[in-house]
Amino acid sequence: MHEYSIVQSLVDSVAAAVGRREASVQRIDVAIGELAGVDCSLLATAFEVFRDGTLCERATLTIDRIPARWECSRCGGEVPRGGFLRCALCDTPARLAAGDEIVLQRIELEVA
Amino acid sequence: MCQDRNAKPEPLELQTRILSRNDSAAAHNREHLVERGIFTVNVMGSPGSGKTAVLEATARAFGDVRRVAALAGDLATDNDAARLRRAGMRSGAIETVQACHLDAEMIHHELHHFDLEGVEVLFIENVGNLVCPAVYDLGQSANVVVLSVTEGEDKPLKYPTMFAKADLVLLTKGDLLPHLPSANVSAIFDALARVMPDPRMLPISPLTGEGVKDWIGWLTMSRDAMMAATAVTA
Repeated sequence: MHEYSIVQSLVDSVAAAVGRREASVQRIDVAIGELAGVDCSLLATAFEVFRDGTLCERATLTIDRIPARWECSRCGGEVPRGGFLRCALCDTPARLAAGDEIVLQRIELEVA
Repeated sequence: MCQDRNAKPEPLELQTRILSRNDSAAAHNREHLVERGIFTVNVMGSPGSGKTAVLEATARAFGDVRRVAALAGDLATDNDAARLRRAGMRSGAIETVQACHLDAEMIHHELHHFDLEGVEVLFIENVGNLVCPAVYDLGQSANVVVLSVTEGEDKPLKYPTMFAKADLVLLTKGDLLPHLPSANVSAIFDALARVMPDPRMLPISPLTGEGVKDWIGWLTMSRDAMMAATAVTA
């Protein structure tokens, strides 16, 4: 289960963004793609366990799940999921246009 | 604790990759390996799919075995690296202890004291697992997934992230097919084509030698393509 190591990286990323500011982190928004290989509920559980004693202790974590979207790597036309991942028009292999994100989108700080 | 009445929320837009530190270490590994002309393959697959057996067969068939090497990751023991050394391949073990995958910093650390002299193809045998290893870039040039016919036709559909990132799937244990009346190789390929945009599947058997020559041909061709691309950008 790698969600714990992702939370570790998340807390490190938040700490880097906060820097030396005198502020407490209130909210953390992340985006996780459907094909990112990350289980959102395990990530939420890992965050609950791991945040104690860190600067994220009082923060709420919001996870935005991004659906996978395939498109033709040549003409950009949408390639429907479930079927063979090739363009119906030009037979070019598809590429993943969205759905592999593991992104820290934004944080909200409370500044005194 | 009392809230400060004057405190005001301040949003900070970031849009950064959470694994950016791993990505930087992976980019560093890749640059170093490609510069030395080393084609690096991240070998992934379920526990028991035959990853080590494939690499043993590769060592025996490669011709000059000094041109290949392997780093083998496991939660515990250095058994796989020892097996590969017995097959003649220069090998190092990475014990991950609790971690279910290798990451780029583990590889970076290992590369500092691993002898790469004369190596053209480096295999990184990842921890047996179809989930976590797909998430971490190590600095490889290619991803190869080892899948055995005994694992079920729908394995690619169950683990799409792993197979979507694969450049090649090696299908092992085909010699067992006469004993598996329900196993169906074309159904495996069909499932693969629904998650892997450019599906490439090569049946290989370390036992009978089937496919080993084609696998070595793929490695040689892929390394040549990498060298040609490097020469163009240099």
